[in-house]
Formats: sequence, structure tokens, C-alpha cells
Amino acid sequence: MTGLATTFAHALIALGSVIIALLGSIGRLARFALTALGRLVRPPWYPAQLFEQMLVIGYFSLPVVGLTALFTGSALAQQIYIGGSRFNAAATVPAVTVIGIVRELGPVLGGLMVAGRVSSAMAAEIGTMRVTEQIDALTTLRTDPFRYLVGPRIIAAVLVMPALVLVSNALGVMGGWLLATGRLGFNSAAYLNTTAQFLKTDDVISSMVKAAVFGFFIALMGCYHGYHSSGGAAGVGRATTNAVVSAFILILLSNLIITVIVFGS
Amino acid sequence: MTAKIELSGVKKHFGHKVVLSGVDLAIQPGESLVIIGGSGTGKSVMLKCILGLLTPNAGTIGVDGSSVVGLSARALAAHQARFGMLFQGGALFDSLPVWRNISFALAGPAAERRAAAIDNLSRVGLGADVADLRPSELSGGMQKRVALARAIAARPEILFFDEPTTGLDPIMADVINNLIRTLVTDLKITALTITHDMASVRKIADSVAMLHEGRIVWHGSRDGIDSADNPFVDQFVHGRADGPIKMQLRKL
Ligand SMILES: Nc1ncnc2c1ncn2[C@@H]1O[C@H](COP(=O)(O)OP(=O)(O)O)[C@@H](O)[C@H]1O
Ligand SMILES: [Mg+2]
Repeated sequence: MTGLATTFAHALIALGSVIIALLGSIGRLARFALTALGRLVRPPWYPAQLFEQMLVIGYFSLPVVGLTALFTGSALAQQIYIGGSRFNAAATVPAVTVIGIVRELGPVLGGLMVAGRVSSAMAAEIGTMRVTEQIDALTTLRTDPFRYLVGPRIIAAVLVMPALVLVSNALGVMGGWLLATGRLGFNSAAYLNTTAQFLKTDDVISSMVKAAVFGFFIALMGCYHGYHSSGGAAGVGRATTNAVVSAFILILLSNLIITVIVFGS
Repeated sequence: MTAKIELSGVKKHFGHKVVLSGVDLAIQPGESLVIIGGSGTGKSVMLKCILGLLTPNAGTIGVDGSSVVGLSARALAAHQARFGMLFQGGALFDSLPVWRNISFALAGPAAERRAAAIDNLSRVGLGADVADLRPSELSGGMQKRVALARAIAARPEILFFDEPTTGLDPIMADVINNLIRTLVTDLKITALTITHDMASVRKIADSVAMLHEGRIVWHGSRDGIDSADNPFVDQFVHGRADGPIKMQLRKL
């Protein structure tokens, strides 16, 4: 009996320390984010850094985000056609495709692809700067690493992600249209008509909002893990992995929360 | 005369590893102090504590009488702006060309900053031809000299050099030693240099302090090092394996 009680107590203690550690890292992360945002209020600002990051995050992500959306839109249309046919509802393909893409798959897949590209690159770059003392050097050269490195990355990601997701949505719908008209025998004009009819402004706005939130997490995770990396090349490797994994989880979790809030009622 | 930089009872540990265990040290304005000591004794850590890059676990650090510990972000930035620092590993920004590295803390139009960078390059024995190269295209010794040029470019009032001549040939090392001596003598800069190179010590030091096992075990004038009645200094200056500083070695 006492044996069981001790085991139970040990388990409680272990659980408690895990929760404390988790709360601790959430606290550190929140402090990091607040510091980064707080420093943005006052100059100096670094517009050149901001434009460079917008180019790196936005422009160079276009091919991978575009292809992802195109392929997924096509596959989605095919599956809706198969599923819909069983209920004599194959005509729903354009409507369901556009809703599925714009509300969920466009922003989520776009966010995940950009996270894979960008969070990792940010963590590796800033992490290398940390372990080679370049971040310390910045501060002795009258430059605040939050203003110079973190701020521009977060702002750039929040600004360009909505634009990227717009492209992603358009290509996703186009993927569905290509497959539906090419393989499933849909009439092109009718398909586009139905699509336009079911494409609601609210859906596009929620898609943009999601994209901006994902952009924030993508840059925040890359910067946070890079900034706090230690222990040479292996430490930078760990930071890179952690940045991508935590960005993925935050994207999927925040997507769920936004979906429930916007579409749940 | 009040000290420019004053450390008292400074302690720093990382986890269970004690690095500094009560450092007391004072540096006078316009003085060139050289810190010697075995590798891994915490010389670089001590410099980073003074710069406010690391926070000591105990003790006080003052620069011109005002404390370095517990500053707000903005006050800390103002504190750090007074220093020029040559990091042991150079810490050059590898995404920027050499001239942008050197002129990083300078303001003004690009052409002026570039000219200032080339001027500082010539002080460390490098030509304008390296200005547009990336740090990764330079040899280790050249990177060190570019980092030195960057540290002095903004003409700060206090300069820290962490092993400025390591990795340089003896002639170039002497050029750098002369440069540091000139900065102190002509520009009245307060300098703190870490080195293992006894030729450097003799050339640039006004006074010398030895760090061993987390404390300053000796502090005296440059000329005192040869007559220092201190077994640690004696062993270090003469580079002997036998003495009070023990190396953990296993017999072959
Ligand atoms: N950020 C750090 N985290 C943990 N240990 C550190 C850190 N920086 C330095 N150390 C340890 O402190 C000791 C002193 O380092 P350092 O000051 O670089 O030595 P040196 O006198 O050769 O410059 C070393 O044992 C090093 O492992
Ligand atoms: Mg060192």
C-alpha cells in the first residue's frame, strides 16, 4: 500500500516538474516575444534588414508554396469528386474545393512549408551568430540584436505570409480546376462560376488572419531558438530542429483555435 | 585618482563549474593592463562580465564609479557603447563584407564609412583590396586583424583585446602590439588585453595581472614580472611545466 502511495507521489512530482518546466519555457518565450515587439516601438529601425527578410521569406518561398497548393488542390478535387459521386453530389467539387483550400489547406500547408524553409534557416543563422559571439559583438557595436535581427524577421514574416497565402489559395483553386476540367469532365466556365459564388470575403479575410498569425510564429520560433542556442554546431542543430517542430505545432494549434472561433458558431 | 574600471569580489559560475571565485582588480584611466593566465581560467569570462554580456553571481563591477550589474536595457546599451571589444574568435559578421564589418558602428554616408574602414584596415596592416571580401575568404590571422580594426573604428574610450596576437606571425604580432601601445599613449585610451604572448606583455603593458583559479594572484607593474616573488607568475613567464600551476596529465 505504501509502495503504491510512494509510486503515486513520485509520479505526481515528475508530472509537476514537467509542468513547471513547460510553464517556465512558455514564460521565457512570452518574454522574448514581448521584448522583441516592445523594442520595435522606438527607433532605430532597420528597413534594409526588413526588405531583405521580406525577400527571403516571401519571394523565395513562392515556388514551394505554389507547388504545394497546386498539387493539393488537384488531389482535393479528385477526392471530393469520388466522395461526392456516392451521394450524387459530384457537382459540389468546385464549392467544397474552394472552401477547403481557402479556409484550411491554403494557409496551413503554406504555413508549414514556409516554417520548414524559414524557421530552420533563421534558427541556424541566428544560432551560429550566437555561438560565434556575433550577437555579443552586435551589442558592443551599438546595435540591439532584438531591433536588428529579431524585429525585422517577425515583421517581415507577418507582412508577407498573407500575400503568400493569397497566392497559395489561388493556385490551390487552380489545381482543382485543372483536374476537374481536364479529367473529371467539368465545364470550365461553370466551374469558375460556382467557385466565385462560394468564395466569401470572410473566408479570404480569415485566411489572411491565419497567415499573419502563422508568420508571427514562424519567425518567433526561428529567432527564439536561434537566440538561445548554445554548445557549438550540435547546439545550432538542436535549435534548428526545435524551431521547425515548435513552429509546426504552434501553426496547427493556432489554426484549430482560429477555426473554432471563426467557423465554430 | 578613482579607477576607470573596478571589480571587487566578482564571482561567476556556470552550473557547478566555478570560473571566477572573487576577482578584485582596478584599472586606472589611460592605463594598459594585461591579464595573463592559463587557458580556461576565466579571462574571457571576466571581460564579458565587465561588458555586461554576462552577469556575475556576486560582487560589484564599476566603470567610472557607476555599477554595471542590474542596468536597464537602455542603460546597458549606453554602457556597452563606451567599449571596443576584440573577441577571441573575431566574431566577424560573416554575412557582411569586410568594410561593412569595420564600419558597422559608424554613422554617415556609405562612401565616408567605406573610407574610414579602409583607413582602419591600413592600421592593422591590411590593404584596401580586402575591403570587399567576405570574412570567410580571409585567413585566421587576417580575420583577427579585421576584427581589431572593427573594435577600434569608433574610437571608444575603453578597449578590450582578447588575445590580439594569437595566430599571427611574430612580425605582424609586433605591428599589432605597436598599434595597441599607440592607442593607449596617443589617444589616452584605457586598454585591457588578454594574452599568452610574453613579447606582447612586455610591449603593451603598463601593469600586469595574473588570473589563476578564479582569482587575481598577482598584480604589479610590467617591470615587476621578472622580479616578481610569485611562483605562479614565475612559472608562467618562463613557461615551465613544473611549478605550482599543475596540469592534469597522465604519464605516457
Ligand atoms: N557560456 C558559458 N557556459 C558555460 N561555461 C562557460 C561559458 N563561457 C565560459 N565557460 C567556461 O568558463 C571557463 C573559462 O572560460 P574562458 O573565460 O573562455 O577561459 P580563458 O581564460 O581561456 O579565456 C571555461 O572552463 C569554460 O568552459
Ligand atoms: Mg579566452
